[in-house]
Amino acid sequence: MTEPRVTTDVVIIGAGPVGLFAIFELGLLGLKAQLVDILDKPGGQCAELYPEKPIYDIPALPVVTGGELVERLMEQAAPFEPQFHLGQMAEKLEKLDNGNWLLTTDLGQELEAPVIVVAAGGGSFVPKKPPIPGIEDYEGSSVFYAVRKMETFRDRHLVIAGGGDSALDWTLNLQPVAASVTLVHRRADFRAAPDSVEKMRALAEVGKIKFEVAQIGGLEGADGKLSGVKLKSPERGEWVEPCDTLLPFYGLTMKLGPIAGFGLNLTENLIAVDTEKFETSVPQIFAIGDINTYPGKLKLILSGFHEAALMAQQAFHYVHPDKKLRFQYTTSSSELQQRLKVA
Amino acid sequence: MKVKATDREGGQHEITFHEGDTLMVVLTDEDLGIRAECGGCCACATCHVYVAPEWFAKLPPPSDEETGMLDEAFEVQPTSRLSCQVLLTAALDGIEVTVAPDWD
Repeated sequence: MTEPRVTTDVVIIGAGPVGLFAIFELGLLGLKAQLVDILDKPGGQCAELYPEKPIYDIPALPVVTGGELVERLMEQAAPFEPQFHLGQMAEKLEKLDNGNWLLTTDLGQELEAPVIVVAAGGGSFVPKKPPIPGIEDYEGSSVFYAVRKMETFRDRHLVIAGGGDSALDWTLNLQPVAASVTLVHRRADFRAAPDSVEKMRALAEVGKIKFEVAQIGGLEGADGKLSGVKLKSPERGEWVEPCDTLLPFYGLTMKLGPIAGFGLNLTENLIAVDTEKFETSVPQIFAIGDINTYPGKLKLILSGFHEAALMAQQAFHYVHPDKKLRFQYTTSSSELQQRLKVA
Repeated sequence: MKVKATDREGGQHEITFHEGDTLMVVLTDEDLGIRAECGGCCACATCHVYVAPEWFAKLPPPSDEETGMLDEAFEVQPTSRLSCQVLLTAALDGIEVTVAPDWD
C-alpha cells in the first residue's frame, strides 16, 4: 500500500476537520499537501466518535453532523487534490541535510516536505487495552487487539470480548478458522448490527460457538502463553474459560503516541505553539487544532480553522523563501479562483 | 452544592457544582484522571464512574445509548454510569461517586 518516497510542500499529520481545512488554506496559497491518518477514513473524531451527532457551533452552519462536516470539508479541499495515507501512524520524523523533514509511517511510507503540520487532535486512535495486570506479557503472542491475518488464529481456542461490531464480526469470521470461539459480553444485548447478533446467536444455538454473559476478571498462563481467561458475573461468580488466545474489542482510545518523541515542547501532552503562526518549538513544524496549546486556547473546531489559516501564511515562506506572499480574497482574485477551479 | 468523589487511589474530593452541570464537567474540574475524550457526547466511555447505590437510585435510568456505550467500559458494575450523561440537580447535592479504572 505504500509508494516510493513522496516529496511535497506540506505533510499534515491527522485528517480530522482541522487537517482537512488546512489543505484548503494551504491550497489557496498554491501549496500541496499529503496527509497521514491512523484511521482508515478521513474525519478524525468527527468520523470515528460522533459521525451522527449534531454540532451547533460551526460558523454559518446552524447544525451539522460530524459526518456531514467531514463531507463538506472534503468537498472544499477537493480542488487541491490532497493525497491521503490512511490506516498509518506517523512514526518517525527526522531532519534531512537539504533542510526538509522526512516523516515515516509505521507501514514504511516516506513523506518529505519542508513543512510538517501536526493536526492530530487527541492523538492517534488505538485499541483500548483492558487494565488487567500483566496483560502486556501476552500481547502479540496470546492477546491481540486487531486481526491482521485470519490465518494467525487457525486452530486456536479464542475468547473474543466485546459487544460492538468488531467483536461480532470477528466472532462470525473466525469461527470457521478457529478450533473454538467463546464470545464474552457483559450483557445479553448488543449494540452491534442486529443481523450479526442474530447470526452469532444461531451459531451459539447449534454449539458452533459459545456465548457467555460475563466480564473479564483476569488472565491465566505463563511465559506469554495464555491458558485461560478468568470470567465473572453476578449470577455465576468467577470461573476460568480455557483458551490460548484473547481478542479484546472495547473500541478505540486516543494516545499521543510517537509524536511525543518528535522533540517538540509539550505541556501536559499538548504541543506548545505561538499564536502568530502556530509554529512549535521546532522551526518548520506547526501544530493546529486540539493538539496544540497556548494562552487562551479553546478546543473548538473553529479555533483550529483559524489556526490553519495563519499557519499557512508562514508555511508559504518556508516552501518559497524567495517569494512574496500577496494577501488575496477568494471573492475577487482570479488567481485564487483558478486554484479553486471555479474560474 | 457538592459532589463527593473518590479517585482511583482512594483520595477524597469535594467539588462544587451548579444545577444543570453534568457530573463529568464537575469531575474534570479537578484532576481525577478522567479523560472524557469525546467531550461529553456519550461516544467514548472514558468518563466511567460508580455511583453510590443510594444515589444511583435517585438518578433517572441510563438511556439505551449510554448502556450501549458502557459496553466499551471496563469493570462495569450495577451502579456504573457515564458521568457525561448524569445531569446534576439540587436533589443530588452530596452525591457520592468513585472513578472507575482507566484504560491503558
